[in-house]
This record gives sequence, C-alpha cells and structure tokens, in this order.
Amino acid sequence: MAEKVLMKGNEAVAEAAIMAGCRHFFGYPITPQTELAAYMAKRMPKLGGTYLQAESEIAAINMVYGASAAGVRAMTSSSSPGLSLKSEGLSYLAGSDLPAVVVNIQRGGPGLGGIRPSQADYFHATRSTGHGDFHLIVLAPNTVQEMFDLTIEAFELADKYRVTAMVLGDGMLGQVMEPVDISRAGNITTFAKDWALTGTQGKRSKNIVNSLYLEAEELEMLNLKRYEKYAEVGKYARTDSYLTEDAEVIVVAYGICARIAKNAVNGARKKGVKAGLIRPITLWPFPKKQMKAAAATAKAFVVVEMSMGQMVEDVELSIRCSRPVILCSRTGGMVPTDEAVISAIMEADRTERS
Amino acid sequence: MSVTHELMIAGFGGQGVLFAGKILVYAGLLAGKEVSWLPSYGPEMRGGTANINVMISDTMIGSPIVTNPTMLVAMNQPSLEKFEKDVKKDGIILIDSTLIPAQVKRADVKTCYIPATKLAEDKGLKGLANMIMVGKVTKELGVFDLEVVKAATSKSVPERKQDLLASNLRAIEIGFNYMEG
Amino acid sequence: MTIVYQRPQALTDTVTHYCPGCTHGIIHRLVAEVIDELEIMDQCIGVAPVGCAVFAYNYFECDMAQAAHGRAPAVATGIKRANPANIVFTYQGDGDLAAIGTAETVHAAARSENITIIFVNNAIYGMTGGQMAPTTMPGQITQTSPYGRDPKLAGYPVKVCEMLAEVDGTTYAERVSVDSVKRVRNAKRAIRKAFEYQIAGKGFSIIEVLSTCSTNWGLEPVEALEWLRKNMIPYYPLGVYKDKGASE
Repeated sequence: MAEKVLMKGNEAVAEAAIMAGCRHFFGYPITPQTELAAYMAKRMPKLGGTYLQAESEIAAINMVYGASAAGVRAMTSSSSPGLSLKSEGLSYLAGSDLPAVVVNIQRGGPGLGGIRPSQADYFHATRSTGHGDFHLIVLAPNTVQEMFDLTIEAFELADKYRVTAMVLGDGMLGQVMEPVDISRAGNITTFAKDWALTGTQGKRSKNIVNSLYLEAEELEMLNLKRYEKYAEVGKYARTDSYLTEDAEVIVVAYGICARIAKNAVNGARKKGVKAGLIRPITLWPFPKKQMKAAAATAKAFVVVEMSMGQMVEDVELSIRCSRPVILCSRTGGMVPTDEAVISAIMEADRTERS
Repeated sequence: MSVTHELMIAGFGGQGVLFAGKILVYAGLLAGKEVSWLPSYGPEMRGGTANINVMISDTMIGSPIVTNPTMLVAMNQPSLEKFEKDVKKDGIILIDSTLIPAQVKRADVKTCYIPATKLAEDKGLKGLANMIMVGKVTKELGVFDLEVVKAATSKSVPERKQDLLASNLRAIEIGFNYMEG
Repeated sequence: MTIVYQRPQALTDTVTHYCPGCTHGIIHRLVAEVIDELEIMDQCIGVAPVGCAVFAYNYFECDMAQAAHGRAPAVATGIKRANPANIVFTYQGDGDLAAIGTAETVHAAARSENITIIFVNNAIYGMTGGQMAPTTMPGQITQTSPYGRDPKLAGYPVKVCEMLAEVDGTTYAERVSVDSVKRVRNAKRAIRKAFEYQIAGKGFSIIEVLSTCSTNWGLEPVEALEWLRKNMIPYYPLGVYKDKGASE
C-alpha cells in the first residue's frame, strides 16, 4: 500500500487537479476555500503552469473559458458568494460546450452570509447555476480522499462530455485534514480536442467557440442535442449505501452530512430501528433510480442537509412522494448533530407503513 | 471492540493548538490509525479563540466533529469553561495550570494539571507549551509511542525551521515525563 | 494582370451585418491586413465582444471565440496563458470595454497581458439601438439620454487611453480615427505596431479607434464623419498616450 499523506480537503482538490493535468488555475480569494488557491500559487510556477489571481470571480471564470477554449484543462474554485458571480460564465461555458472544473466550498448564505460550512448552494449547483437550459455534472465528496478522487474524475468527465463538472464541498470538508492515498490517481484519461482554438497552423479551417444562435430553430436543435448528451451522462448517477438491505428508514445525505448521518444510522440501530443510509455521490445526475428502489422496501425517508431543505425536493421527486420524507436540517453554517438525526429517524420509524 | 479517541484541543489563537493537533494526527497516521483534524477558529488571525477536533480511531471515522470529547486539552480559562461539561464520562481533561487557575468541577473525569507555560519558560522553551501538552497527551492516550510522536514532529517541522526541531522534541519529552505532585 | 486590391486573407467572404456607412468594416479590414502582412493568421486567435461586433467570429478567418459582455480581455487572458505562442486579440466596443468590462480591461493592462485590444469607440450602444454609452459625449442625445447627456446625472465620458496610460502594465496605448484616408492609414500603422509588440512579447497594447454610428446618431455617413471630427476628436484627442515598447 502506498504511503498516505495528510491533507486538507482544499489541498487534496488542488493536488488532484495537478495530477489530472490541470496547469491553468484562475481564482480569487474567499474563505473557506483559500488553501486551494494558495496551494496552486505555490505549485503551479514550479510546474510551468499558470496560477492567476483574477480581479474578480467573473474574470476568473472567463479566464477558464478562454483557457478551456484553447484546449487545456482549466479550473477555478470559490465559495458560495463567488459562485453567484461565476454563474454568468458557467452558462457561457455550457452554451459553448466547453469543459471546465469548478469547485464550490460552500459557506452559509444568502448574501455575504457567514464562513461556516453549508450546503445551501444545492439548488444553485443542480437547478439555477445560470440562465438558460443546461446542467453541470455535480460531484459531492464526503472525505478528503474523495475530494481527491472526484476532482480527478471531474476533469475526465468534463473533457469526455464537454461540460462543466463541479466539485461541491463545504467549509468543513475544505478545512478538515485526513489521510489521502494519492497513488490512487492512477492513469489519467485525456481526450483529443479538435474543436479547440490553437491557431489553424495552416492545417485546418478555423474553429469557433461561441454560444450565440439567433435562429430559434438552430438554438433549439443545439439544446436538444445537448440534452441527449445529458441523458448519456445520466448513467453516472451514483450512490454509496450503508445498511440499506433491510432498512425501514432510509436516510439520504451527501457530503459531510452523510458522515453525521452514518453515525446516526449506527445510533438508531442500537435503539432497534432498522435504519440505512443512501449517500448520493452525484447530485446531478441525481440518483433517482436508487431512491425509487429504496422506496420499494422502506416506509419512510429522512433527508439530512445543511440548508433549509433543497435536496429533499429531489428525494421527494424521485420517489414521487410515495413515502413520507422528513427533513432534518440546520442552516446558516450550523451543523446537524448525530442526536438530531437519530430523533428524526425515530420519528420516521413511528410512521405507519402505507 | 474498536476505540475512537475524540480530542478537543482549545486555547487562544497563536498558542499553537492547530499545530499540536497536527502532530497528534500525524502520529496516529504513522501508527496505522484512521485520523481526522478539523479546525474551528474565529475570524481573527491572532488572539481569538481556536480549537481543534482530532479523531484517532481503529476504524473509519464518521463525522470529524467532536462534540463530546474523550479528551479535552484546555490551554486557557475560556476553553475550560466552554468545554468542561461536554467531556464524556470517564474522559480526561488536561489543563495548562499556569494559565488556568480554576479547578475542574466534574468528579466523573480524570484530570491532569500541568504548568505547561511555566515549564516551557523555565526550560528555555518559551512558546512551546503546546508541545509539552502533546507529550502529555501521548502519555495519557497510550495509542502510540513517544518515538512515533517524535517522528511525526520531525516530518512536520518545515525545512527552514529545522533548528527549532530539537526544542520541540525536548518539549514533548518534558510533557511525556511530567509527574504531578 | 496585376491585382491592386483584394479582400485580405484574414477576412472571410461573409457579407457583414454592419449598417451602410458604418466604420466597423474599415477597422475589420485594417486588422485583417495587418494579420496578413505579419503572416500570423495561422497562430492568431480573436475574441469577439457583445455589441455590434458580436459576429466578428464570422468575419475573421482565424480561430475565434465569442465572449460574454465585457469579458473579452479575461477570455483572451485564458487563451494566451494556455498557449503563449498564439497571437491573441480582442475586438470590443465602448459599452463592452469601458462599462461592463472596465475591470477586465484595467486588470488585463495591469498584468500587462501580452495581448492586443482593438477598442472601437463610437460614443453609443449600437447593437441595442442607440443608448447612452460610457463614452457618450456631454450633451449628446441618445435613447437613454433623450435630453442630452447631463454629466451631473449621468456622469462624464470615460477616456480609456488616458486612464490606461496611467497603468504601469500598459505597454502601448494610442487613439486613432478612421474619419479620413490619412487617418485610416495612421490607424493601420498603430494596429500593426500593437501586433508587432505582442509578437515581440512586449505586453499589453490597446488601440482606441474613434468610429461613427450614422444609424444611431441619425446622420448621413458623411455627416457622421464630420460629427466625429467636430465633437469627438476635441474631447478624445488623437495620439500616442503611452509607448513603452519604443524604448525597449
């Protein structure tokens, strides 16, 4: 076994990006993701890469747009308020079918909010990332190891499908330090980019990277085509399950909340409740099938998240509201306790089987 | 039966509680344990409160948040006041008695009073009270040997500060060998 | 038979959407002629703005990106940093560059990004139908300054070359005009120099080109040129505002 190294979540994302071949990082400081930018600032010059501190989040995402258009693996990272500013660029990236990796280390909102961990940007990531019809692939790690692993996967998926892949973490995952096995990076898959702007070099006709289509018929066709691609991406919907085989109460949680929920599942089992955990690893595509399958055997669901209740809607939609779904959440930077989740599981267990 | 040690190390920013935590998780890693290190601090860079949640376990760590520590290391009075009640029954509270005049009120925990700040000053190790506490934590935990902590420290002290390594190691030894009374 | 005049190779044979009498066509041609003369089309990448020149990606024969409104300098930065061997230019109007994209412009200059900006200043938002621009003249009537731009309410025009000349990172800033043959020739000289500086790795260049909008100014093309001479040039004096490259 390879030697593990201790890394903060933010640093693991940065190291993974470098190992995935990213040599162009454009950022802007914001707590609690700053270690990521600092790591890049330290490493990139030594690798002949670019760390550029942009004048704004808007500029940073547009630099990613330019670098991605030029065919290289490019990345930016921020925290919640910064993502609002990046929304414009994320829409243009989608409209131009450019690959990119964007990291959101979420903090409490709205507005300037706070700097404590949050999951209140779930809607932003999966629903309202920017104007127009489009999606990001949204990956939700729950350990520092996964911050590393999923960042590498994000680059591969982004290039494969020419989409933006987002790594959606939170302030706690960004700051927590855990052992990481970086040898798991393995072979990195790369993709040919014949569409990239590299100069014609006298060998081909010009390439154009553009999202403007004034003919409605043409734009509709392109959107339909893009959604065929999204349907293909749907097969990546993925979860991690814990004690679900006989579970009567299914807890659904992602990211750091899933770790709290796992403790709570163990706690509830000690109290005699058959609880299990489904942890979505992809938030978009959302693992609808896995939820639906769980609804066949469970009598109720508990959704744990650090928001006023956002993912809970996807759970309800996935199971077509066929089972009661109880929300157990904290907001504004507060973190649910194991006890609160256990109480919610007990409450769910008292519901009659319909 | 798996054992999970949940440590809360708390003090003022600048006392080195984050670094102390780092040494302990590194030692845990070298000893083949699962570990996590989660900081919590105010917006101030210096002088504010700082605490660190450290987990050292035989099994995969669930939530890295320590709400009921098995061991509290209090480096100042506010930290003791804030976290004393949260410590698990039969847990341990380590106190820097130079900075904390108060006594622990609870009777259901083990307490250790170490004048870490004074010891550090007396031995010419000013500013290394945190490492004296690391030594004492090592002794009380019994999860890894002194040598493992020393190895972790050697790897954690940056290249440009290697001249400080010897004093850090000495501070750890002082804490490890300290006997009350 | 000798060919004395033809379309530059760096221009496509697409019919442009520009209004009759618009000076964008001249400026496109000047940029294309420079690209031809410097033989850089194969490594050239242009960035189109949002504004009248939004379709520039259809008109230049080199690789082209279309940028969000005002973000062309940031997009150009990304492209240039990805492959510094490429020759990268943006082609932007006054709303794009001097209003919504001010930060991107100033900071690309501050970093002395090795790119070339062609900045077309016609004192109005053309594509959206003639609204007040950051460069609209005091007293100038537009759709959104129907009583004439009142600096007390709507502020003063932004003088981009003057502003960027104060930025240490700016290598070369010159304001030119295309209202006469002589000035068209001079504009081409300036554009060529800006590209030459990029090729030589000298850093950030901006060429501000005073331009007309006869449609939205409500003037015949010839009257528009006269209006430019009479109103714009006194406010936006022509000339070199900074040229660090000459002494290097």
